[in-house]
Amino acid sequence: MSETSNAGDGLEYVLRRGGEDERDLREQASAAARRLAARIAGEGLAELSYSWLDSPFGALLAASTSHGLVRLAFPEEDAEAVLDALAQRISPRIVEARAPLERAQRELEEYFEGRRRTFELALDWALIGAFARRVLGVTYRIPYGGVLNYAQVAAGAGSPRASRAAGNALGANPLPIVIPCHRVLRSGGALGGYAGGLERKQWLLELEGALEDGRSGR
Amino acid sequence: MSEALPPFQRFLDAHREVVWRFLVSAVGATEAEDCFQETFIAALRAYPRLRGTRERHNLRAWVLTIAHRKSIDAHRARARRALPVEDPAQLQRGRDAAPAQEPRDGALWSAVGELPARQRSAVVLRYVADLPHRDIAAAIGCSEEAARRSLHEGLTKLRGTVNA
Repeated sequence: MSETSNAGDGLEYVLRRGGEDERDLREQASAAARRLAARIAGEGLAELSYSWLDSPFGALLAASTSHGLVRLAFPEEDAEAVLDALAQRISPRIVEARAPLERAQRELEEYFEGRRRTFELALDWALIGAFARRVLGVTYRIPYGGVLNYAQVAAGAGSPRASRAAGNALGANPLPIVIPCHRVLRSGGALGGYAGGLERKQWLLELEGALEDGRSGR
Repeated sequence: MSEALPPFQRFLDAHREVVWRFLVSAVGATEAEDCFQETFIAALRAYPRLRGTRERHNLRAWVLTIAHRKSIDAHRARARRALPVEDPAQLQRGRDAAPAQEPRDGALWSAVGELPARQRSAVVLRYVADLPHRDIAAAIGCSEEAARRSLHEGLTKLRGTVNA
């Protein structure tokens, strides 16, 4: 039997064309998918939600679990790769939805406008391993406007000789800006490294007023 | 990465059109939304369990299997709802109710809605979702030969209705 027994049949042509306008169908499907994703997030049926947040650096990809913000990615990062990694490490049940990230958007906005000095939103540390958790825990407590160097952070994490490992943990920070790894500098005041680019590190430190006497003075 | 499932959102974006298209034709535009949500929420619940199974290699056929089942549920529910009507003529119409859409070729799509479930799904999956026989068979849970037969029988019946 051939795939289509009556190729020239008018009936098959009409069936193939479908009952509705092609573009309408595409828009309806896309709108239905958006409503579905919002419902899934609203009813807590998925482990993860993600959305794009506005920032002076461009759109940041942000993902959250029921515990809190779990990932924030700079615009240069490959969004699909970030989502793939979340699917593998946490759960493939991840949908695009705005509402769970509203709080993060609001606090970031206030921070970038200079109206917020500490983040209060809940964080999920699931992507952060044991050693990194100590390093980033110390980093998380560096106050707005303050800086530490890599050795101080390593010491604070209980491993004073592990400043290189501490640097690696800071470089792999899944929640930049919110866990302020930009506040960790090289001893002597040089900027050191930053996964989001040194210009941004400098920009953030200037926003916080941390550079005036610290870096230029030495 | 072959063992990994794509993030659910990517799966939804890749298959939302074929599922929507299938449901609009199988249950009508009015009920398509509910069936669409039920289909993908059922898919979401089962999703992590797909890891390492055969189904993950053909997610389209898998989600259309669910959509096919939801469309049968919708037809059954509609038949049940139509029962408490007093006028017997109306009752008969309710039982055989066509999809609640009136597009161009309304008569043809009404006839599609009145086909037995397996024939209806076969016809819609073949012509609306453009699936090969192998995937139609997977979606409605029968052999490829049985899928061809259902498709053939469905088309024959539609020709009879439309040409009548």
